[in-house]
Formats: sequence, structure tokens, C-alpha cells
Amino acid sequence: MCLALPCKVVELRSGDLALIDMAGMVKEISLALVDQVAVGDYVIVHVGYALTRLDPEEAEKTLSLFAALSEADSFGCLSSNFIVK
Amino acid sequence: MRYVDEFRDGDLAKGLAVAIRSEVRQDRDYRFMEFCGGHTHAISRYGVSDLLPHNVRMIHGPGCPVCVLPIGRIDMAIRLILERDVILCSYGDPMRVPASNGLSLLRAKARRSGQGGGDVRMVYSSADALRLAQQTPDRQVVFFAIGFETTTPSTAVVIKQARNLGLRNFSVFCCHVLTPPAIAAILGAPEAPVSLDGLIGPAHVSTIIGTRPYEFAAEQFHKPVVVAGFEPLDVMLAILMLIRQANAGCAAVENEFSRAVSQDGNRKAQALIADVFERRDTFAWRGLGELPDSALRIRPEFAEFDAESRFSIVYEAVPDHPACECAAVLRGAKRPSECRIFGTACTPGTPVGSCMVSSEGACAAHYSFGRYKDTVGA
Ligand code: SF4
Repeated sequence: MCLALPCKVVELRSGDLALIDMAGMVKEISLALVDQVAVGDYVIVHVGYALTRLDPEEAEKTLSLFAALSEADSFGCLSSNFIVK
Repeated sequence: MRYVDEFRDGDLAKGLAVAIRSEVRQDRDYRFMEFCGGHTHAISRYGVSDLLPHNVRMIHGPGCPVCVLPIGRIDMAIRLILERDVILCSYGDPMRVPASNGLSLLRAKARRSGQGGGDVRMVYSSADALRLAQQTPDRQVVFFAIGFETTTPSTAVVIKQARNLGLRNFSVFCCHVLTPPAIAAILGAPEAPVSLDGLIGPAHVSTIIGTRPYEFAAEQFHKPVVVAGFEPLDVMLAILMLIRQANAGCAAVENEFSRAVSQDGNRKAQALIADVFERRDTFAWRGLGELPDSALRIRPEFAEFDAESRFSIVYEAVPDHPACECAAVLRGAKRPSECRIFGTACTPGTPVGSCMVSSEGACAAHYSFGRYKDTVGA
């Protein structure tokens, strides 16, 4: 029950509510725990509440760190749950 | 999905695996605990252990809220519906946890159906429970609030809303627990079941509490902590960061999940928690036993929303099933496959212990993604 996903805010509603896009599904969630969320922001949604806003710059930094670290070649058996381009 | 797929990229995973290999020293072992069930799930699902050198071992921790709830707490929830005739609203996972007398919330629900009276509703969110109370003013509705700091603020929100709405038929059975005391219990155990070289700190708990509350682990216990996201590449980078700290002989709190976690955490959520809850003197955890200052109860100002006092139910300790090794699994002292009923009497379809219920439970994760390899290798 701890799994939570980053979702894009698509509409702000009254009463601290918002509509988010969760993997193509539109869902109403609560913004009661976060401040200053705007349409287009990504929030991490857990049990119907946004826990925090996702920081796109920090996400980019982490991704480029992965890329820098993995300038390596081949490696054997990989779980098929990974996403392969 | 944006911010998800990139963190599951197979090519980058291969690269990270090579980077880990190149930094691991051959003359030592590394034992790291992933505190959270979310990390356990990711490690099992993506076979992260297969990508690690043999001398790097991941040990599952107690960070699965459904797993650490002792039987006596589930029994209290069942008493609420069978003896106090309330509508109990529960998240999905706790419904299947085995309790006393061969019951679970699901079985208790089945037993009552047809006879009228109490029932159990599965909810996605605390807000669903509050809404149900508004819609059924002639029935008492109780929200079964479980979880670490991730779910606590949303419980606080509905308690405050219930007071603002003047609801007389809504209350909360509060079983919220705290992460840092559980980490302290693992690190400070007198006969440590495992000696750890570092910890992967929680992802979503840390969005709320920040990274500061883990500093004691580095300072008092000299263990490195790396807070990490729940995607497989997050876990792999955190392992690399822990290996580097271990090699350098240092112990610091680092943050791999900087896209969502700050040092201070979510202050608004923390303030809501502080408004509504206070620490219990002690709380019984499955596996870790009674831990002081490790769980929350509802403040006296909100007593009318506290189901424990409103319905006078008290906790009674109940031993686990005699064959069940959940306690040792939750302390990191045993692997799931070392339980003799793992995969035979105990499966996700017929769980005997709590670690087989939720997909973040160590046993369920092993059963779903790694049981054959594990049994062959044992
Ligand atoms: S296999 Fe079942 S009974 Fe054994 S430790 Fe795991 S959950 Fe508990």
C-alpha cells in the first residue's frame, strides 16, 4: 500500500482538490498537504493525497547521474520488468 | 509514464550494475537493509539482487505497515465490527491479515453478511471514509488508520474535517507508527540479528519527514543512510552510494530521492500531524515487540474522534501462528524462504503471516518474483 506514483495535475478544484492524470486515468485527489501547486506540476500521489511536488530539475540531475555512471557496455540477464527501448 | 519509465530504463540499469561491480571491494562483504517494503518490492520485481555482486546482500527491513501490525490490533478492528456494530473502513491490504479465531477482516465481513449489522468497506483514501460517514448519519463509521508517516497526515486531515463538520458518527482507530524508532530498534538491538553496513531510507515517508530524522543512525550508530526513490534505478544508485560510503569508512545521511525529498520534509503535513496526534508511551510491533515512543494516538482535544476510547476497545497481545517466522523476517534475522511454511501452507492466496499479504511484504515479494531461485539456492 506504499506504492505511489508521480502524476500530472490537470485541473485545480475548490476545496483543496485537483484532477490528476494517473497513467491515462483522470482522478480526483486532495492537495490538502501541499501548497502552491499549479496545473502542469507533477505531484506524488498516495492514498488520494498529494504528498509533495516533484522537482523536475532534481529529477533531471538524477537521470544525468545515472547516464554518467552507466557509460559502460554490456551486462547479462536483466529482469523483463525493466523498460528496454 | 513521465518520471516513472526513465527510472526503470534497462540500459541504464546495466550501466549502474557495471558501476557497482567496479567499485565493490573483493576483500569484504556488504550488508545493506532496505527499510521499506516499497524497496523490497522493487528489488524483487526487477531482480536487482541478480545485478549485484555476490558479496553485496540486501536484507529486508520492517517498513511494511501491514506487516508490522500485530494480531491484537487486527482483533481490535474485528471487535469493532462484530461487537460494536460499526462500519469499518479499511485500506485493502489489512483486510486479509490473519487474526485470532481463524478470522480476518474479510472473513468477519463474510460471517456477518446476511445477518445484518456490522460491515467492512474497503477504501482507497481516508476521505472515502469521511464521505461514507456523511452519507450514513445513522451508523457509526470508523476509519482503520494504519501506516507510517506517509499516511498519517491524510488521517489528520479527515479528523480535522470531521470536527469542522460537527460529525458525531465518525472516528478513527489509530494505528499509525513512526519510522525512526523502528530504525533505532533494529540498529540498537542488544543482540543484533544482522550487522549492517548501511540502510536505504524510505522514499515516501521521507517526503513527509525529510532526511534529518535519520541523522541519529549516522551519528549514534555510525551507519550510512541513503534515502532513495522506489524505482529500480533509484535503488541501484542508492546501493552504489552506500558502497562508496562503506569503502570510505564514513557514515552520513545522503539523499538519492532529491526530486521529492528535502532535508526538512513537508512542513505543512508535519504541522497537521502535530495538531492531531501525540506519541504513545509504547506500542506493540510485530517482530520488534513493544517499542517506547514509536507510535501515535489521537490528542485528547480530538478524543471524540478516537475509536479506541469511544468504543472502549483495548489491545491484548496475541502470539503469532507457531510456525510463522514473520517476527524474524521483519527484524532481518531470517529470509522468507527460511520459514518452513513459505510457499506451502503460506502463500499470497492463503497467507498465514502478515508478510505474505501485502505486495510490499518480504514474503509476498519473494513468492511472486523470486521464490524458485531462492529455494534452489538455499
Ligand atoms: S512465509 Fe508466511 S508465515 Fe512464514 S514468515 Fe512469511 S508470512 Fe510469516
